Amino acid sequence: MGVASDIRQMFGYPFMVNAFRAGTIVAIASGSMGWFMVLRRQTFAGHTLSLVGFPGAAGAVLLGVSPALGYFGFCIAAALVIGLAVRTDEAGTYREESALIGSVQAMALACGFLFVGLYHGNLNGLTSLLFGSFLGITPGDVLALLLVAGGSLVALCLIARPLLFTSVDPEVAAAAGLPVRPISLGFLVLLGIAVAEASQVTGSLLVFSLLVLPAATAHVITGRPLLGIALSMAFAVLVTWAGLVIAYFTPYPTGAFIATLSFGAYVAARVIRLGSHRSRFQASVASAGVRA
Amino acid sequence: MDTPSMLGSITSVFSHPFMRDAFLAGTGIAASCGLVGYFVVLRGQVFTGDALSHVAFTGALAALAAGLDLRLGLFGATVAVAVGMGLLGRSARADDVVIGSVFVWMLGLGVLFLSIYTAGRSGTNGTQGVSVLFGSILGLSPAAAGTAALIGVSVCALIIAVARPLLFASIDEAGAAGVGVPVRALGIGFLAIVGVTAAETTQAVGALLLLGLLAAPAAAAHLLTTGPYKGLALSCGLAVVAVWAGLLLSYVFGWMPPSFAIVATSTVIYGGAAARSRVPVGRRGRTGAGRHELRTPGGDV
Repeated sequence: MGVASDIRQMFGYPFMVNAFRAGTIVAIASGSMGWFMVLRRQTFAGHTLSLVGFPGAAGAVLLGVSPALGYFGFCIAAALVIGLAVRTDEAGTYREESALIGSVQAMALACGFLFVGLYHGNLNGLTSLLFGSFLGITPGDVLALLLVAGGSLVALCLIARPLLFTSVDPEVAAAAGLPVRPISLGFLVLLGIAVAEASQVTGSLLVFSLLVLPAATAHVITGRPLLGIALSMAFAVLVTWAGLVIAYFTPYPTGAFIATLSFGAYVAARVIRLGSHRSRFQASVASAGVRA
Repeated sequence: MDTPSMLGSITSVFSHPFMRDAFLAGTGIAASCGLVGYFVVLRGQVFTGDALSHVAFTGALAALAAGLDLRLGLFGATVAVAVGMGLLGRSARADDVVIGSVFVWMLGLGVLFLSIYTAGRSGTNGTQGVSVLFGSILGLSPAAAGTAALIGVSVCALIIAVARPLLFASIDEAGAAGVGVPVRALGIGFLAIVGVTAAETTQAVGALLLLGLLAAPAAAAHLLTTGPYKGLALSCGLAVVAVWAGLLLSYVFGWMPPSFAIVATSTVIYGGAAARSRVPVGRRGRTGAGRHELRTPGGDV
């Protein structure tokens, strides 16, 4: 009874309603993009994209334009740079490449710090860029998020089948005449858009929690694409809602709870799968013993 | 700013005690970062270094939230996680999804500790969190600077002491194990040293900018020379130069935070090295083959 009235009271605040709307949109977008990102093993690229959003947003604040512009601009630009510059076909270049990506990451973050310093900014602005804030989301923001997410989901649906094909087996896809490079570049741009969207809710440092963890959990549970994407989106939405509710009733930030809840779900899925593997293994050993 | 006054301000740098402390601590930190970073890049463990920087953030804020000394959490968390990763090691190789999942959860915890800490003290307003993330080398106390320099020197001495077997183990693990080099213990010990370095560097440039000092000078050294001892010395020297130049730059140009100036300098050094190594590649043919031999069989731990 008390819980129900508490929840009703929570939705009495317009900012919480907006936060739930924005969180749901962002969770659906990053759940679906994240599934493909985990499938394609591009988590390091996703990590870099999410960090690049921070100097983008800080620079936009410094110039007096909307941080959303900075997030989208920098994330999409970084996606293009990574897609065009990094050759994934040479596995041996990994060492030099990771040193390069690491240096670029540090430089991007340092620039973000400089921009915030130049802004003579208050530190609350900095922490909300880094760790996210669900307060102060306006209905206009929600509409913008909805339009961008809708557009990128439509684009994802259009390239989903060839993208799946090229992700699972790039050589055969290339042999079948699919434009592998443009497709992967297009996907990176979509990923950049999803990261830029999610950054506005979770902050640059915790985007990963919505992008990687629900998708990784779905991959642990099922290998089937459609079911996996649906599960990934559902997990992302659930942890976002739960994170928002917990953050509403405690003085602590949303991102921490979203990260912890989705990590818990991931660990639980791994443990359950480990258990079922072991019992299946034991069953097969037992049946083999019976046959022998 | 015209030249004479710039020179004047550079000579007046050392009249400030906080600048002397910053140079003292910064030199020790940079030298250890350069030496350790050379091996980190050689062994393909940049992503592991990235992981440890996230851990450093969480450890520091956990200690602050619990009311302990910041450095206790920094060193405790990074060394414990580094040794844990080393123990899991090759047998239970974590892929990038697993590493990424653990990182982001660690960061989430760090954020939670940050808000617990700031909620407990109304005035501080997250300043400590920001200085853990982005460093505060100019804010070190003389005692802290002395400790940082001492730890830096000890790390350097340790690395130099194990340089020969560590090089052998990094380049040809099977061969080293065959001759009786304790490869596994060496790998775990090295990760512990990386943990100490990460904690140490977090005090100077912050957890988020760690790779700027750990990876960039070392990567530049790898691009400029293939000789291991030359590379070690070069990497160490470049890191020290980056810190000195960064400190001077931020002293002369007051709007530049020192951690930005340090990371920017080391990135410029890396960019220069990359440009230099790229230009004559057509003439030299595939000199990259020399580097190819240095490649480790495994990637990240």
